[in-house]
Amino acid sequence: MTRPAEGRRSRGRTVIGAVLVAVMLFPLYWMVNASFQTNAQIAARSPSWLPLGGTLAGYRDALAAQGGHLLTSLLVATAATALTLLVAAPAAFGLTLLRVPGGRPLLFVLLIVQLIPGIVLANALYRIFSPLGLLGTPMALILSDSTLSVPFAVLILRAFMVSIPRELIEAAGIDGAGPVRAFLTIVLPVSRNALITAGLFAFLFAWGDFLFATSLNLGAPRWTPITVGLYDFIGAGTNTTSWNAVMATAVLASLPVAALLVIAQRYVAAGLSAGAVKD
Amino acid sequence: MGMPLREHPAARPSPPAPAGPAARRARGGPRLRARLVRAGFVAPVVVYVLAFFAYPLARNVVLSFQDYGIESVYTGDAPFNGLANYARVLHDAVFRTAAANTVVFVVASLLFQFVIGLALAVFFQGSFPLGGLLRSLLLVPWLLPLVVSGTVFRWMLDTGNGVVNQVLLAAHVIGAPVPWLNSVDTAMIGVLLCNVWIGVPFNMVILYGGLRSIPRGLYEAAELDGAGALRRFRHITLPLLRPVITVVLTLGLIYTIKVFDVIWVLTKGGPANATQTVTTYAYQLSFGGLSEFGAGAAAGNVLIVVAMVFAFLYLRSLRSETP
Repeated sequence: MTRPAEGRRSRGRTVIGAVLVAVMLFPLYWMVNASFQTNAQIAARSPSWLPLGGTLAGYRDALAAQGGHLLTSLLVATAATALTLLVAAPAAFGLTLLRVPGGRPLLFVLLIVQLIPGIVLANALYRIFSPLGLLGTPMALILSDSTLSVPFAVLILRAFMVSIPRELIEAAGIDGAGPVRAFLTIVLPVSRNALITAGLFAFLFAWGDFLFATSLNLGAPRWTPITVGLYDFIGAGTNTTSWNAVMATAVLASLPVAALLVIAQRYVAAGLSAGAVKD
Repeated sequence: MGMPLREHPAARPSPPAPAGPAARRARGGPRLRARLVRAGFVAPVVVYVLAFFAYPLARNVVLSFQDYGIESVYTGDAPFNGLANYARVLHDAVFRTAAANTVVFVVASLLFQFVIGLALAVFFQGSFPLGGLLRSLLLVPWLLPLVVSGTVFRWMLDTGNGVVNQVLLAAHVIGAPVPWLNSVDTAMIGVLLCNVWIGVPFNMVILYGGLRSIPRGLYEAAELDGAGALRRFRHITLPLLRPVITVVLTLGLIYTIKVFDVIWVLTKGGPANATQTVTTYAYQLSFGGLSEFGAGAAAGNVLIVVAMVFAFLYLRSLRSETP
């Protein structure tokens, strides 16, 4: 009896939900919209709600000015992701299935270091990297960006590996060279999803980093990531007239997020909650 | 408590003469080797934490007691100056403004992020067609690089061509364009608007997870007892959600205290320090051109102490809530 009414009600909720999402995502639409507009449309007194009669000039300017920065970001984020997984995956294995002594204090430390404000690390790393000649190099960004993801990645991977049955490892023989083989041939393949999640976030964190890039590579235009490139684009002038190129750059800087979200949507929510609610 | 582990000479089975290297390897060797292999898995992360967290933290503490200025950059000379950096920072009028702004920024951000996040979580709790898809779309603002979000809000809040002013003008809510990010009175509102937008998805996802873990039977029983939606929310949802609420607010607080990108892109802490927070203040000391790394370190350490205090409170509340 109540079926039709309930159906109507849940369809109603879908409509309301869609409206809520539209409101929340309006800034993104506005970014894409402006990226296709002409300078005349941008400067007009009333907004153009649709990118009609648009232009790709913004993207041409953006790619000309920011192409290299995109490549730098790609390089830095990929390397930071690799470094993160290289450090975090064995650690998670050691903390769970190998039950290395001192595991609990180490976990606690990994939880606490995530509270350290980035500005504090940037301040100290600048002074540490300076005599090593690392400032202004991609290595400075790779190393500092990895601090955003290593603790997080260990915690996510650990949360997953805790649920791997020990018998699986014991069957492979745990002594001597056993753990290495067990890790490479059993644990890593089984943990594929957790590795994807951890790697995904490591990539996004490094790609989005602005603080380390603008402090450690201050005044080193050769290795400027896209975040700093975008900032310089608007920071240069107080009254920017080329908003279309700025917004086109913003769209390009968001593309990895969009791509990763489409490809690995289900890992994102999982990672979010695993990272936040830890036992 | 336990008996002191002292070996009685007689209790020890007389050992054979000191074993040769081969025998020793046979007894302690494989075990030692296995232990080394196991430790080898954790060694990289231990080294990493020491090199990239412990050492920088220690360096920052030492720096905060050094007179590190622009000339130190060239001479490499930074004499110790006791508490002078802390005195300089704490007596700086800009720091006091920044501290007050940080409180406003954090409290207002958390309040709005939480309320909106909870409302959305409650709404998406019921299952309806496309609910899952819509929910994951809401995550996008949280995943975007913060600089991108900041840039988009700078464009929307632009005085002359921003859509916010254009819409408000057309609706006759305002008579003249509001210089959102360029006025001392409104800059904080602009920065908050952007930061709340970024933080809502995180609050929603975590609270949604918490809501899903409340047994549905409780609601059904309460409904049978004649409890209305509001009463069910107050007497079932809120109390059972409390641990998750603690998590969301504490993590939100820890993230919000250190927000840098959003403020830097929107206002650089201006105009006239109206949006200056402790984080942007510390950045300006170190990287603003005068290379006051000592004072910057001191300001940063103040920030750490605040974060640690709240982290401690958080961990304590976690312990008291989990039996």
